[in-house]
Amino acid sequence: MGSLDLSQLQHLWWLLVSVVGALFVFLTFVQGGQGLLLTIARTDTEKSLVVNSLGKKWELTFTTLVLFGGAFFAAFPLFYSTSFGGAYWVWMLILFTFIVQAVSYEYRRKPDNFLGAKTYEVFLFINGTVGVLLIGAAVGTFFTGSNFSLSEYNFVTWEHPGRGIEAAFSLFNLSFGIFMVFLARVLGALYLNNNIEHEVLIERTRDAAFKNLLLLLPFLLYVLYRLLVMDGYAVDPATGVVSLEKGKYLSNLLAMPINGLGFLLVGLVLVVWGVVATRFMASRKGIWFAGLGTVLVVLAVFSIAGYNNTAFYPSKFDLQSSLTIGNASSSHYTLATMSYIALAIPFVLAYVWYVWSLLDKRKLTEADLFVEGSDEKY
Amino acid sequence: MLEQLDVSQLNWARAQFALTAMYHWIFVPLTLGLSFLLAFFETLYVKTGNEQWKRITKFWMKLFGINFAIGVATGIIMEFEFGTNWSNYSWMVGDIFGAPLAAEGIFAFFLETTFFAVMFFGWNRVSKNFHLLSTWLVAIGSNLSALWILVANGWMQHPVGMAFNPDNARFEMQNFWEVLFSPVAMSHFVHTTSSGFLLSCLFIVTVCSWYLLKGRHVEMAKKSLAVACTFGIISAAFVGFTGDESAYVAAQVQPMKLAAMEGLWDGEINADLVALGIVNPAKKPGDDQDAFQIEVKIPYLLSLLANREFGSFVPGVNDLVYGNPEQGVMGAEEKIVLGKQAIHQLALYKKAQENNDDVVAAAALAAFSEHQDYLGYGYLNSAEETVPNVPLVFYSFHMMVVLGTLFPVLFAAILFFLYKKNLGEQKWFLRLGVLSVFLGYVASQSGWVVAEVGRQPWAIQGLLPVSIARTNLTTTTVQMTFFMFLIIFTTLLIAEVRIMTKQIQNGPEGE
Repeated sequence: MGSLDLSQLQHLWWLLVSVVGALFVFLTFVQGGQGLLLTIARTDTEKSLVVNSLGKKWELTFTTLVLFGGAFFAAFPLFYSTSFGGAYWVWMLILFTFIVQAVSYEYRRKPDNFLGAKTYEVFLFINGTVGVLLIGAAVGTFFTGSNFSLSEYNFVTWEHPGRGIEAAFSLFNLSFGIFMVFLARVLGALYLNNNIEHEVLIERTRDAAFKNLLLLLPFLLYVLYRLLVMDGYAVDPATGVVSLEKGKYLSNLLAMPINGLGFLLVGLVLVVWGVVATRFMASRKGIWFAGLGTVLVVLAVFSIAGYNNTAFYPSKFDLQSSLTIGNASSSHYTLATMSYIALAIPFVLAYVWYVWSLLDKRKLTEADLFVEGSDEKY
Repeated sequence: MLEQLDVSQLNWARAQFALTAMYHWIFVPLTLGLSFLLAFFETLYVKTGNEQWKRITKFWMKLFGINFAIGVATGIIMEFEFGTNWSNYSWMVGDIFGAPLAAEGIFAFFLETTFFAVMFFGWNRVSKNFHLLSTWLVAIGSNLSALWILVANGWMQHPVGMAFNPDNARFEMQNFWEVLFSPVAMSHFVHTTSSGFLLSCLFIVTVCSWYLLKGRHVEMAKKSLAVACTFGIISAAFVGFTGDESAYVAAQVQPMKLAAMEGLWDGEINADLVALGIVNPAKKPGDDQDAFQIEVKIPYLLSLLANREFGSFVPGVNDLVYGNPEQGVMGAEEKIVLGKQAIHQLALYKKAQENNDDVVAAAALAAFSEHQDYLGYGYLNSAEETVPNVPLVFYSFHMMVVLGTLFPVLFAAILFFLYKKNLGEQKWFLRLGVLSVFLGYVASQSGWVVAEVGRQPWAIQGLLPVSIARTNLTTTTVQMTFFMFLIIFTTLLIAEVRIMTKQIQNGPEGE
């Protein structure tokens, strides 16, 4: 690790952050499922099945989000300080939706829970929609830019009174956010379809996956179209000067035929295939195709945002304050040290995978909810 | 760096962080300790095959789960609040602070989360031994996550293993091991986690004392108490030893904090320890007022505890503010002068770089390097700003110590009565037992007040005052989020307490 130069380490850490981000988006099937809860589960039993199925995984998603934040802090601290401190309100609102999510599974059905089951279900819905939408809008600013300037000491001043909320009012960011909400719902439906053994729910999740894919398409197409034609924030590798370049993201896609264009196209095809196979071929494994597809799409999005001399967190207020993986990163020593720590990631992924395959060996059934000493606690 | 300082915004930002941290700390100690207690209970179940231990494990596990959820909810805010409310700090220390945080995420969080799922959902899905292993891994994971965040906190109290990089105005890590094994980090880690264990044992004492008073679930209560009180005594011993170590380390690296803890205004050779006292709230640095209205002193003990040497000098607040050349103590007044020079030279250096004037830049850098250790002092307006709130720190410290001494006695007494088989008859004592977790919370929260208020005005000791560390937000914005947090956390706390109380009233399943 120590033998890698700073630029290589920065590229490596952008990849690692991207991987964590991609896994997080895949795991938003939990949020998507929460968004579907009020529509696909109509009886108490159905509701319990859905909540118990999602309830086992919510923490994994949550922890991945926390790691995503931690990895950004560790590897690109200038992004952490600029974006979190600057776009204050958007992050605060996102966090609020995750606070209320964290207690909802545990408290929803418990006696004397103060707010009533319905409130906790609404909390889950808010997290599954508003939370995901705002995260999408925040990621959208990787391409549309934000309004901030940095002092000579790299201290941020946010130059818009919305303090981040303005991001949600850009058509591109909003479309990106809505796309993410529907993608999460597609994934949620496919996950539940795979995880629960219940005839009615299998049928409904099958339909829900397909419907949400249709709803997702216009937003996806708009986002893709804009990405291909919009001006991008290019950085001159020799001088570090940031400038607007026509069709920058299109040229990034083409410049990275594997992790750019390739991942994007293959990823989208896999997502669509996951849904089609579920809807029309009665497959129960759609989540794996769509999940892998989602990971690839997010990796492509991060690649074109950060690689190939691009500013990943541009400032439209002051171009030269824009953040690149070169100017926002930690030092060589820290990145190298953390790279040794990151060697543990495959091991972590392996035991997470092993444990879940063990726990999910048997699908969740109605009978599981009522047996003596049941594990189904939600 | 920041010409105008809005003090009220700073105070609201501090209040918001304190609010979040104190709420978070209601739930975390229980997670730290109960996770190990669950592991003990389940080990007893697996070893003996006695189904009652399984019921005991499952009962406490249910309470653990209720507490864990809200701990997670408050925890995510802690992580992101560094960025949202202390963005300048995040930039300046991200290079150091980020690594432990990343390690925490990779090593600890996933261990905790993954095996938490097995612990709750796996009773009928995995083998007995794998389940037991999972419960142990949750305990280890929870406590590992405490390690990394306390390493980060320890670094803020005593910055080591780094250097300031004037080119991008931040501190950069030079030695990871020095950061990890800093004496402050280590003593904080053991002190904090063992105090969490202790508090969890008190939680069990409270619940079980109530059961015994009501004559319900008597067997389960006694069994739980036997385990918890044994663990409690061992934890209390660790809390005591590491508490002493923490105070010793504070004396070496944060002498102002120690002076505030002891209400020591004028340094002394063979300093006495104030065991109990009422401080004079009007006392200010440099004045002639008495420090205490009433005080009970133990002669010479402070010198021994602070320096592990009788006859040694312990500096007081006034020595640290105004200096004491006789004892070789440099005052904050002098440090501020040097700090301002460092800031001035840093600005010259940046300007010279802009103008591509290498000669001036090199000279400015050399002059900066000479005084950079005092950089943070340059941002203060007066030496008196280096004095924390002495009465608050003094009372918090003494409350913590007095209660911390009481708890092992309580555990020992319970074990004694259990041995004598007459615990159920000690009604007055069980009533005290019911109160014990609340006393534990007072002690535990006081500990954090000592650690954090005691180091004011520093975000990073000596290098970065909180006034510079904060994000540039309006007071109204921070007030709004403060009240949003207050309302949401209080609402969720009420829900948590009600759910928990109901579950305790219901007792273990099948009993």
